Amino acid sequence: MSYKTDRARVSGLGSAKDGTHHFWNQRLTSVALIPLTVLFVIPLAYNLGGDHARVVEAYSHPFNALVAVLFLVTGFLHLQQGLQVVIEDYVHGPALRTALIVGNTLFCWLFGLTGVFAVAKIAFGA
Amino acid sequence: MVELTLPKNSRVVVGKTWPKPEGATNLRTFKIYRYDPDSGSNPRVDTYFVDLDTCGPMILDALIKIKNEIDPTLTFRRSCREGICGSCAMNIDGINTLACIYGLDDVDGDVKIYPLPHMPVVKDLIPDLTHFYAQHASIMPWLETKTNRPAKEWRQSIEDRKKLDGLYECVMCASCSTSCPSYWWNGDRYLGPAALLHAYRWIIDSRDEATGERLDELEDPFKLYRCHTIMNCARTCPKGLNPAKAIAEIKKMMVERKM
Repeated sequence: MSYKTDRARVSGLGSAKDGTHHFWNQRLTSVALIPLTVLFVIPLAYNLGGDHARVVEAYSHPFNALVAVLFLVTGFLHLQQGLQVVIEDYVHGPALRTALIVGNTLFCWLFGLTGVFAVAKIAFGA
Repeated sequence: MVELTLPKNSRVVVGKTWPKPEGATNLRTFKIYRYDPDSGSNPRVDTYFVDLDTCGPMILDALIKIKNEIDPTLTFRRSCREGICGSCAMNIDGINTLACIYGLDDVDGDVKIYPLPHMPVVKDLIPDLTHFYAQHASIMPWLETKTNRPAKEWRQSIEDRKKLDGLYECVMCASCSTSCPSYWWNGDRYLGPAALLHAYRWIIDSRDEATGERLDELEDPFKLYRCHTIMNCARTCPKGLNPAKAIAEIKKMMVERKM
């Protein structure tokens, strides 16, 4: 029970003065992913089923390695932003929502950076 | 979490079938949601039969006829009966619209009428719009100025006035907001299409001097950015307006002022 006015309920904690950054970044990464996905899939499809040496050689090429890194970084950034919106939409308990948003960020960083590391390892031939 | 099923005491049950009017040959079946908060029982769907030979052409005509001639306890809002007051918004044949400007011939088969979705129901077809109106009030739906008041009126060019077309016509019937899944899930914080359309109406008013403050207020992941361009608002609007476009324009301005 609360005697808060309807107007106060609508104001809540006020404007977060944030949101445009997230919105705009999500649009930018989605547009960037169109050419990046194409450029990423071409060498991948071309070398699919090839032996180890052939794949290593393909991703040692700076262009392929760079495209793969850009694709992974942009893709996981976009995934993180998109999943966060889904969580905010559907999960309403503040504790669970906070945990899921933090977990989502950590998950995306972990897997994104693992991918980048793997490409770098091939590219630099370590 | 999002609730995909109704709570137990809100589940709709089969209601009463009212007797057919005597001697009528041109009958239409109406299935109407009924809820009486005083009875303590679940909402139900009652069946009515209306003689179309003695009924006006609109859904509202049939509702008034039912109330006058069959069941005086049927409760709904209505006033102007010409689509300008926004009182008789309800869900008719699965679409949120105004009963007074929705024709009986727009519906195939039985006419199913429910209150606007996902709002607390006061009684029968009357939703509680308190929060919806408070959200409208929160966007400051009035002219805000800082310059000294001019001797006559605040002037506006014909071109600038044209920018308000497609916005000022909104009658706040709540059809759009209550059709929006984002508003269903997060209506406590998301302002919804109607309030945002009104916000934009004042943002682009050339006479208004609080554009920046208005945008500041909306810059929020929930107040504005819960709109995912689902477009139900534009599809359902009984006045043919496009709140989704107004929201997109606000988002564009948000980005524009950061560049």
